[in-house]
Amino acid sequence: MSQEKHHIMSYTTHLIVLGVLLILTAVSVAVTSLELGALSTLVAMLIAGVKAAIVLVWFMHLKFDNKLYTIFTVFVLVLFLLVLYVTFFDYSYR
Amino acid sequence: MSETTSSKHVSFLQYKGKYKGILGWILSTDHKRVGLLYLYTMLVFFSLAAILGLLMKLQLIAPGYTIMGPQTYNAMFTVHGIIMIFIIVVPGLPAVFGNFFLPIMIGAKDVAFPRLNLASWWIYVIGILVVLTSQFVGGWPDTGWTFYAPYSFQTPANVLPALFGAFILGFSSILTGINFVVTVHRMRAPGMSWFKMPLFPWTLYATAWVQILATPVIGITLLLTVMERVLGVGVFDPALGGDPILYQHLFWIYSHPAVYIMILPGMGAISEILPVFSQKRIYGYKAIVLSSLAIAFVGYFVWGHHMFTSGMSGRALYAFSFLTFIVAIPSAIKVFNWVSTMYKGSLNLQTPFYWATSFIFVFMIGGLTGLVLGSLATNVHVHDTHFVVAHFHFIVFGGTGFSFMAALHYWFPKMFGRMYDANWANTGWAVFFSGFLTLYLPMFYLGIQGMPRRYYDYLPEFHGGNIISSLGAILMIAGAMIIIVNLVRSSRHGQKTSDKNPWGGRTLEWETDTPPTLENWDEIPNVTEEPYEYK
Amino acid sequence: MEKNSEPTHVHRDDEGDKMGMWLFIFTELLLFGMLFLMYAVYRYRNPEAFYLGGKELDVFIGTLNTVILLISSATVAMSISAIQKGRKKQALLFLGTTLTLALVFLVNKYLEWGAKIEYGFYPGGEALLELGHGTILFFGLYYVMSGIHALHIIIGMALFIYVFQQIRKEKVHQTDYVWLENTGLYWHLVDLIWIFLFPLFYLIH
Repeated sequence: MSQEKHHIMSYTTHLIVLGVLLILTAVSVAVTSLELGALSTLVAMLIAGVKAAIVLVWFMHLKFDNKLYTIFTVFVLVLFLLVLYVTFFDYSYR
Repeated sequence: MSETTSSKHVSFLQYKGKYKGILGWILSTDHKRVGLLYLYTMLVFFSLAAILGLLMKLQLIAPGYTIMGPQTYNAMFTVHGIIMIFIIVVPGLPAVFGNFFLPIMIGAKDVAFPRLNLASWWIYVIGILVVLTSQFVGGWPDTGWTFYAPYSFQTPANVLPALFGAFILGFSSILTGINFVVTVHRMRAPGMSWFKMPLFPWTLYATAWVQILATPVIGITLLLTVMERVLGVGVFDPALGGDPILYQHLFWIYSHPAVYIMILPGMGAISEILPVFSQKRIYGYKAIVLSSLAIAFVGYFVWGHHMFTSGMSGRALYAFSFLTFIVAIPSAIKVFNWVSTMYKGSLNLQTPFYWATSFIFVFMIGGLTGLVLGSLATNVHVHDTHFVVAHFHFIVFGGTGFSFMAALHYWFPKMFGRMYDANWANTGWAVFFSGFLTLYLPMFYLGIQGMPRRYYDYLPEFHGGNIISSLGAILMIAGAMIIIVNLVRSSRHGQKTSDKNPWGGRTLEWETDTPPTLENWDEIPNVTEEPYEYK
Repeated sequence: MEKNSEPTHVHRDDEGDKMGMWLFIFTELLLFGMLFLMYAVYRYRNPEAFYLGGKELDVFIGTLNTVILLISSATVAMSISAIQKGRKKQALLFLGTTLTLALVFLVNKYLEWGAKIEYGFYPGGEALLELGHGTILFFGLYYVMSGIHALHIIIGMALFIYVFQQIRKEKVHQTDYVWLENTGLYWHLVDLIWIFLFPLFYLIH
């Protein structure tokens, strides 16, 4: 099998990505002290989702790799969310 | 192949590697040897679990104590279930025929990770040994193979090894799945585009995804049950606030897709066999491919139909019942395709064809009774009765078992380079098939009458049906013995053959040597045609 | 080639190896996914107890460990860049940093758990059993989920030590670094899980 040409991410890019992740962490902690009520869990999950996406896209190289992995990952996440959704057919209406 | 051929064409059965004798098998990374290792292991444990099944049927031949008491009976159906599900039918066709034929059918020399493949078998054996220790230490488990909470962490019987063993077996299944997905993605022969791939590899691919994405669910569930038993974490224990129904959710989030792990490769094997013995192109190739993928996907969302009487919310009941009816559609599409493939074909009435057609017959009975169970009103009536036992034996044994036998007879000459005795094989099939129907058909009736499952005793009015059923069990075991003896004998002393293509198949495995050489091909084939192009 | 023996050539396919790793990561995601599903169900049923339980956890240690894991994720990614550029020393340095950070994470975890266990806040512990069902579930899930996560940290560290040796011995180098890449992927998975564990346990409001 041929060894495909790989994209090399520079150190600077890594550090920028890390900086964004740290800022998001700080935001997430700060938001907790605000009185957002039911929204606060949603906000926390949204921020976590964005952080996870950043890790997947840059640190795990989904941006540069074969698109197949992105398709797989999205498929797996959708599958999991659907399982969660169907489970709550039970718990939401019990 | 014969000993006189040049060293270039030594069959995989005969070559000498780094290790001699049995070590040359249990340390071999050759996908064909690994496949046969699985076959032999399964043969041993299938026999064991089948004997347990027979003993249970003998107990039920008359009401009251016949040959065993309640505790022994509980242990028997538990161990029978654990062995049959986790050791036989879940690995089943992928581990044996998938390992043996997936690389050959896509024109590869081996699977993507041969050493991991061998490791899967070793993990499988370790899992089996751990499961078996439960018999020697502290008594057999008595929870049923489902390990329902909270009983599984309250029973004094020794469930820990069984739980832990099933957990280890899951690892083996996951590794096989990973191996197959990468093999199919990376190692197809030049020219074999996705829609030129034969149907058995297609179903293995769909199955492998289910193995990868569903097995971890049972893994964590069993692990949590272990923790619950040892540490008392409380996640499933109602006394500590846990919800036992959540255990059932998690268990079936795996175990329903697992049913498709069991049946999909069987469907693939049947889709290989019918065109060959009809000498006709498979009817609706793409429909079969897409319905396999659809089954694998929709199969994730129907788990709740095992729990209709557990106390779920009403909306969940409707949702799961609806989804269950949806998943029946792709299966029905396949049956339509198989029957249409045979229509106006030139049928070659050989043993694999008998198994394949009887597969369709029992699979249809199993599938249609599944709809009885999937509709809410009738489910309440027959839930946890012998109707359910009959239904899933028609699917799991009738579906997976019959397709396994069909595949074994179909590929036997390729695997061993010898032919089985066709007369004995046909006799075995006829005895087995009649025994199977006599055993399980009365159970539907008993279930509708109200005979519950998992009891060692029953009311006198169920006696008649149980006598017929138990006699059927004896007949079926006799059939199984004929088949096994015939195949084992033939694998050693059968008529030698080096005919590359005894049935006139069109897929790649019929272009290699019989039996195949170590790396299957001298030169990787170039695929230009679609599969099943019968002229 | 001698056809009469086990194959001696090694079939090399880095892309296939990486795909295998991704598939394994998916099994891990589903494994943790089911724990998150349990968390969702029990939090839905015991919102008050989960809120109070979250208050018992130390936000500072949680945040510190989040920062540690994020930095370690960046360093392992940078060690891949280093090896792709053929800079062995830098790769080893980044990998060593990651390993150290992982160890610090575990030490923090140990201190955090130790303090709780001392007060009887562990599954089956007396102090915990006196509290309500919801709290027992919260701490049950806390120990199970962060425990299994910590187990993954330990496995990750073992992998780092192995790969570190391989780089030192030049077995892993500029043109053959799939081991490092896959170990990195595994480590990012550990990070991904923590990204969700952190707000779900420490930042409940």
